[in-house]
Amino acid sequence: MGRKVGIEVSIAAAEAVGLCDVDVVAAYPITPQTHVVEHLSELCASGELDAEFVPVESEHSAMSVCCGSAGVGARTFTATAAQGLALMSEIVFIASSMRLPMVMFLANRALSSPLSIWNDHSDTMMVRDSGWIQVFCENGQEVYDSIFHSFRVAEDPKVSLPVMINVDGFNLTHVIEPIEFWTKEMAQKYIPPFKPLYKLYPDKVVTMGAFGMPEIYAEAKMSQDQALWNSYPVIKQAWDELAALTGRKYSPVELYKTEGAETLILGMGTICETASLAVDKMREQGEKVGLVKLRLWRPLPVDDIKNAISSAKNLLVLDRAVSFGAANGPVTSEIQSIMYHEKERPNIYNVIAGLGGRDVTPEDIIKMLETALANKNQGYNIHGVRG
Amino acid sequence: MTKPMEQISWQEIEAGGVITEPGNASCYHTGTWRSQKPKYDENACIRCWRCYVMCPDAVISPDLEKNIFVWNYDYCKGCGICAYECPAKAIVMEED
Repeated sequence: MGRKVGIEVSIAAAEAVGLCDVDVVAAYPITPQTHVVEHLSELCASGELDAEFVPVESEHSAMSVCCGSAGVGARTFTATAAQGLALMSEIVFIASSMRLPMVMFLANRALSSPLSIWNDHSDTMMVRDSGWIQVFCENGQEVYDSIFHSFRVAEDPKVSLPVMINVDGFNLTHVIEPIEFWTKEMAQKYIPPFKPLYKLYPDKVVTMGAFGMPEIYAEAKMSQDQALWNSYPVIKQAWDELAALTGRKYSPVELYKTEGAETLILGMGTICETASLAVDKMREQGEKVGLVKLRLWRPLPVDDIKNAISSAKNLLVLDRAVSFGAANGPVTSEIQSIMYHEKERPNIYNVIAGLGGRDVTPEDIIKMLETALANKNQGYNIHGVRG
Repeated sequence: MTKPMEQISWQEIEAGGVITEPGNASCYHTGTWRSQKPKYDENACIRCWRCYVMCPDAVISPDLEKNIFVWNYDYCKGCGICAYECPAKAIVMEED
C-alpha cells in the first residue's frame, strides 16, 4: 500500500497521471486547472515522467493533439476548465465519436459571462451530450483514484472512449487533503498496456474520421450510443478491482444515511460533502433524511438511481448549472424523465445552487429542503438569489 | 469487399467509423448523383487531353487502341467541367 501524504489535490492528480505512464500530455493552462498542467510539465522537464509534453497554443489544438496521439496508440491526458472546454468542444465531440481513449481532468468552472473563475457545473453540462464518460468527484482521494480508474476504463477494448473527470474548481482543485498514494507496481497491475482497437500505423492502413453519408450516419451514432451504454459494466468492474487493490469502494450511485429516509437529497461533486453535513444535522434532530451521490453522470446509471430514490417520498435535486429556458436544471430533468413511468416515485424538487462559486453551506441545504417541502415548488428556483 | 453502406447495420460498423479497407470509397457509385451526362463526339475531338486532365473525379481515360476517350459512368457526377473545358466542343451535356 502506498504512503499517505498531505498534498494539494491538483498536484496529487498530476502525480497519478505520472504513475499511469502517460505518453502524451497536451494542455493549455487555464484557471483553476493550472496546477495540474504545471506539475506535469515539471515532471516531464525533470525526466521523472517520460512523456511528450505539448505546450499547445489553444485548447482547440490541445484536444486535436490528443486525438492524434490516441489515434497512434499513445496514452493521452489533457486538462482544462470552462472557456478552455468551450474552445475545444468541437474536437471533444470528435474524440468520442472516433472512439479515441483519453483522460481529461476538468476543473469545473462557470462559463462566461460574467467572467468567473469559480466553480459550478455549466462547463461540463455544455458537453453533456458529447458521448464522453463523465464522472464526478467529491474529495481529493476520489480524484486521485479516478485518474487510474479512468485510464483503465477508457483504454479497455470493450469501451475505447474518452473519460472526463469532473473536479470542482477551487473547492477541490486547490485544497490540501490527506491522500493515500499508489505505488508504481499498483498502477502497472491495475492498468494493462494500451492496446488500441485501431491505430494509425503504416503496417496496417486504416482511415479514421472519414465522411459519413446519410446512408451510414445514423448507424454510426447508434453504434456510438451503444458503446457508451456498454461501458457501464466495465466502469463498475474497474471500481470493484480498485476496491480490491486499495480498499476504497466506489459505485455509480452512492448512498449516505438513506436507510428509512423519507426525504432524499441528490447531488454531484463536492456539494455532496456539504449535503452530508446537512443530513447529519437533520438526522440528529430526528428527521428521516438521506443523501444520494451521483458519481457517474454518463452513461447515466438509470437502474441504480431508480433503486436509490423510488421508495422515498420527496427528493431534492441539487443542480449546479442552469439549462436556460428548459423545464429544470439538467440533472433534475433526467431524474424526472427516468422516474416518469415508475409507479413508485418521489415528489421531485429542483434547486439550482452554487453558481459561479457562490458558497453553499449545510445550513443552505437545510433551508433549500425546508422551502421546497413547504412550497411544493414546481419547476426550478435558484437558491439565495436576491430580489 | 465491403458491403454497400446502405446494407451495413449498426452492429457491423467499425468502432469509431474506422475504415479498415483502403480505397473502399470505390464501392460507392457517385455516378448516381448525375442529372446530366457528357456526350462525346470522337470526330470533333482533337485529342488535346484537356478533359482527361480537368476531370475532378478521374473518370475519363484514353482508349489508346481506338484513339478515343471513354467515361466511367459509375463515378461521373455530371459536373460538366469536361464539356466546359473542351476547346473543340466535342463534349456536350445532355439530360441523363
